[in-house]
Parts: sequence; C-alpha cells; structure tokens
Amino acid sequence: MDVLQLVVSGLANGCVYGLIALGFVLIYKATEAVNFAQGDFMMLGAFVCLGLTNAQFLGLPFWLAAPLAILIMGAFGYGLEVVVIRRMFGQPQVAVVILTIALGFVLRFVAGLIWGNQPVSLESPIAGRDVRFGGVVLGLDEVMVISVTVLLTVLLYFYFNRTRLGVAMQAASQNQLAAYYMGIPVKRLNSLVWALSGMVAAVAGILFASKGSIEPSIGLLGIKAFAAAVIGGFGSLPGALLGGIIIGLIEPFSARYIAAGYSQVMAYLLLFLILVFRPHGILAQIHSKKV
Amino acid sequence: MRTVFKTSYDADINLFRHRAQAGWYALLALLAVLLPWLVNVFWLGEATNMLIWAIAGMGLMVLVGQTGQASLGHAAFLAVGCYANVLYQQKLGLPFILSFPLGGLTAALAGVLVAIPTARLHGLYLAIATLAISILVDDLIVLSAPLTNGVQGLYAPPISIFGLTIDRYGNPYLFYWVVLVVAVLVVLLYRNILRTPLGRAFAAVRDSEVSAKAMGVNVAKAKAVSFGISAGITGLAGALMGHFAGIFNNETFNLLISIQLLLMIVIGGLGSIHGAFFGAIIVAILPQAIALARDAVTGALGVSSIAIPGLETAIFGAILIVFILFEPAGIYGRWVKIRTYFELFPFYRRDMFRRQRSYLRTERMR
Repeated sequence: MDVLQLVVSGLANGCVYGLIALGFVLIYKATEAVNFAQGDFMMLGAFVCLGLTNAQFLGLPFWLAAPLAILIMGAFGYGLEVVVIRRMFGQPQVAVVILTIALGFVLRFVAGLIWGNQPVSLESPIAGRDVRFGGVVLGLDEVMVISVTVLLTVLLYFYFNRTRLGVAMQAASQNQLAAYYMGIPVKRLNSLVWALSGMVAAVAGILFASKGSIEPSIGLLGIKAFAAAVIGGFGSLPGALLGGIIIGLIEPFSARYIAAGYSQVMAYLLLFLILVFRPHGILAQIHSKKV
Repeated sequence: MRTVFKTSYDADINLFRHRAQAGWYALLALLAVLLPWLVNVFWLGEATNMLIWAIAGMGLMVLVGQTGQASLGHAAFLAVGCYANVLYQQKLGLPFILSFPLGGLTAALAGVLVAIPTARLHGLYLAIATLAISILVDDLIVLSAPLTNGVQGLYAPPISIFGLTIDRYGNPYLFYWVVLVVAVLVVLLYRNILRTPLGRAFAAVRDSEVSAKAMGVNVAKAKAVSFGISAGITGLAGALMGHFAGIFNNETFNLLISIQLLLMIVIGGLGSIHGAFFGAIIVAILPQAIALARDAVTGALGVSSIAIPGLETAIFGAILIVFILFEPAGIYGRWVKIRTYFELFPFYRRDMFRRQRSYLRTERMR
C-alpha cells in the first residue's frame, strides 16, 4: 500500500516535471534553442491562472480561467519569440541559454512584484478530492495530472509526426535554410513553437498549482525538469516524459529508503551518470557531427 | 591608428603591441597600487571584491571564452578552492603562502577529474553536466559535515604571510594588495597561456572541434587541460573569496553564483581578459548602485526605505538581456568598436564588426 502511494505521488510529480521538460523539448526540437526559462513559464502560467481564478483577484470560474490562462501563456510565448528571441537568429546556442536564464530572473521578479513572494494556493475544484479505484484511494489532483500529461504527450507526438505543421517544424529544425527554400515560413513556425511551449507550460503550471501552493521561486523547478529532459534524451517527446517520471519516482523512494541528505542528490547523480555513460539520454537522437 | 612594424616573429606574440600600450597599462597598474590612498575603506573593499570576481571571471573565461566550453557549475570550483585553502590551514597547519596555491591546485585537480568523464560532451550537454556538479558539490559540502562543518560553515582565519597578519577588516589595504598581486599574476599566466601551443589548441577547439581534430589537436586532452587551468584559477578566487567573506558555508557557493559568474563574463565580453574585469566591475558596482538609487528615490518621495526582494538579480538579468540582444560581444566589444571609431576617424564603417549570419543545421539525425 505504502509503495503504491509513493508510486502514485511520484508519478504525479514526475508528470509535472515531464510537462515542463516537454516544453523544453518542443522548443529544442523545432528551433534548436534551449529555453532555460521554461520553469519560469510554468510558474507564470500557474500565477496567471491563479490571478484569474482566486476571489482575491478576478474571481472567474476555474473552468473558464484555465483555458484563458493557457491562451494568455500561448500569446506570451508568441510575443516573446517575436520581440526577443527572433533577434537571436543565427547566434550560438549558448547565447540563447544565457538570454533565457536572464529572462527567468526577470520573470521571477515580476511575478513576485504582482502576486507577492508568499506561498499562495489556487482555488481549484481539483484540489483536495479523492477518487477510488477498487480499494485504492487516490487524490483526484494526482490522477488528473497523470491523465492530462499522458493525453498531451500523445497529442504532441501525433502532431509532430502526422500533421503538416508538425512535420514542417521538424524540417525547419533540421536545416533552417533548406526549409526556407522549400517555402516553409520558418520565422512564423518558430513563433508558433514558442506559443505552443508556453501553452504546455501553462498546463503544467495549472496542474502543479492544483497539487499545492505556489510561489515565484517554483520556477527553479525548471532545473529538475531540465535534468529530466536530458535523462530522457533531449529532442525526444516520449523521452522527456520518461525522464520526468524517472526523476519523479526517484525522489520519494530515495527520501524513504536512503539516509536523509543523500536523497536530494540522487536525481542529479543519475543525471551526471547518464551524461557520462549515455551522453544523449535514454532515447538518444544525436549522433556525432559529420562534416 | 598606429601601424606596428613587425621586425621579428616575436612581434606577433609580444605581451604589448607597442610602447604606448605598455605605457597605458603601466599607468593603470600604478593607479591600482596607489588606490588605497585615493579612496576610502568602503570603496577599497568594493575594489577588492571586484578584483576577486575578476579572478574568478578569468578562470571561467579560459574555459568559456578561449576553449568554447560552457560551464554552469564554476561555483563548485570556487567552493573547492575556498574549503581546501581553509582546511589546509586549519587541519594541516600550513601557512597561507602554501595553502593558497595548494587550494588552487586542489581545485585544478577537481576540474580535471570532472573533465575526464565529461570530455565527450559539448555545448549544451556540458553546461548541464556542470550544472549538476554545482548542485552535487553544494549537497556534498553539507554531507561531509565532519570536515566542512556543514551548513554552519567555516571561519576563515586572518592571512599570515612572513609574520605579517593580514585581515580584511584590520588592515584592508594589505588584503587589497594581496588580491591585486594574485590578479596580476593570473593575468600574466592567462596572457602567456594564450601565446603557447596549448592556447592555440584551445582556440582551435573553440572554433571547430572537427577541424581541431583534423589539425592534430588532441581535443579531449585540450578540454581537460582547459578545465584544469580554469578550475585552478577559479579555486584561487574562491580561496580569496573565503578570506574576504570571513565566514562561508555551502550557500556561499550555490548554483546562482555559478550562473552569475557566467552571465558576468558574457556582459563583460567573451574571450578577453578585459571582459572578465568589465563584468566584475558590473557585478561589484550593481548592488551599491541599486542601494544608492533606492535611497535617492525614497528620499525624493519622502517614504521610508523599502526592500524589494530579487530586484538585484532582476536588474542584472535585464542588463544581460539588453547586452545579448544589442551587443553580444559585451562591454569589451563595444569598447573596441568605440576605440576603432576614433582610431580610424573618419573612416569607420558600421559593418566593420558585423557578424556573419549562420543558418542552423541540426546535429540530430533521424
């Protein structure tokens, strides 16, 4: 019973990591840029939803506020690409990494300024309810997190492999110039990918907020999610989810079975080992560069 | 613009391009030595802080600016240098003059140890691996509490060189000079490394690993050596940081310091010693500038002083965003442009420093 509880809460946590990691991977897959502010996107999504829902702020019903928040974050991602990221076109990858790290600082500060630095909780109908599967009692929030994540991953997987737009995005990521010659509007696609990633981040944020209280510093969760993306294999959507779940599962189990203090190291130790022995993750997509 | 007549092969690798340049640097050195008589104790402390950050920045610059390997974990080496230096003094009773270089050496060894398994990684993946190391070292310090005293931290004793006791608060000008000497030595070391075959190998690895390999450079070895030198210099900075702060624990060297260090050298300008110093000036001055601005604003509005958490990092981030967008070459890059403008006046063209646009091709294969 105990083990099952650990598995479910680990899975739920892991799914949130996985969703943030999905955001990383989406942008990476399509534009080869890495958005280190993805965790802060998630934080912003959670706060936007909170600002719309909670009685203290706008007080909209949750089921209206959640899609609205997702749309707002989509628009935010699109705008950010148009205004800031597009100027980085053709510059080294690390420059974008540094830019987004700085962006994360700014976002965390702005969120703290608007919504305060104290932990607040989202007034969500999902939180604090139970569902029964046979004799097992699970939190509705956890079940919700897991199912939404799986659904979203499947949707995105088909989107990238089956739809015109998704395939165009992949083409643009493999060779921008060639894609451009083929008539693919590379710039607009990049904006759309950032919008998509902002929306995924908003979903992750809303789910995370349903599980507990939030504060601006939860954006730092992005680092863990990043580890998840790398463990799974950067550039692979199922890999991101897999990595997230692995990290999510390691945490509660090592906290329970390994001495305190060592447990929080485990996720990063695993990341390091994966990087050393299988540098491109479990579901690798990178091979050595050919000239 | 001064035209340098090269009459020997050495002219290409001389430390100074011509006499006038050497003269300017001599003037700067003189100013730096005389600084204790020019400013008060507070600003001397800030200058010391700036120099320490500049040393750390040069350490990271060897790796990022010269070898082109991004590291998000250099606070780990700051920590290794700092703890090693103090522990050698406390547990082994070594004097500062021995424990300080040994601390740097320990950090360098740690750097090589990190470099060996991560030598196959590059770009983004290396950044992540070093990020993991930064977090691991943070936790490791807490876990090895018997040695490092965990979260309580350690206390750095006053430095004692040849019977002379140097304390940051007791005699700040002596401490400043010690830091200045270390900074100058590191600058000389850095400059000289760039003139050796090793320095050329670093540049080759930075510009293209594939072509470096084709030219006969042992890429893995060059990376490992670069990591070692970089970590060693950073370790020296860490040791000085420990003496400067007096008391330190694992939090002193957390992930944010790693990130700040990287952001600092990007603002300053990658690939130049000047960049490390310019970046360090920003890092050292910014908190004071914000405090002054806040006092001015609250004074003008007549309200009591308000503290806004995270303001400092946010402004730092905003400055960085502006730089990456409008001047990717950093402060030093802008300075070179301004200097060239005046040297060539009126023949400067806007496109002189234009970067070549490169289109992106993935390294992922399907």
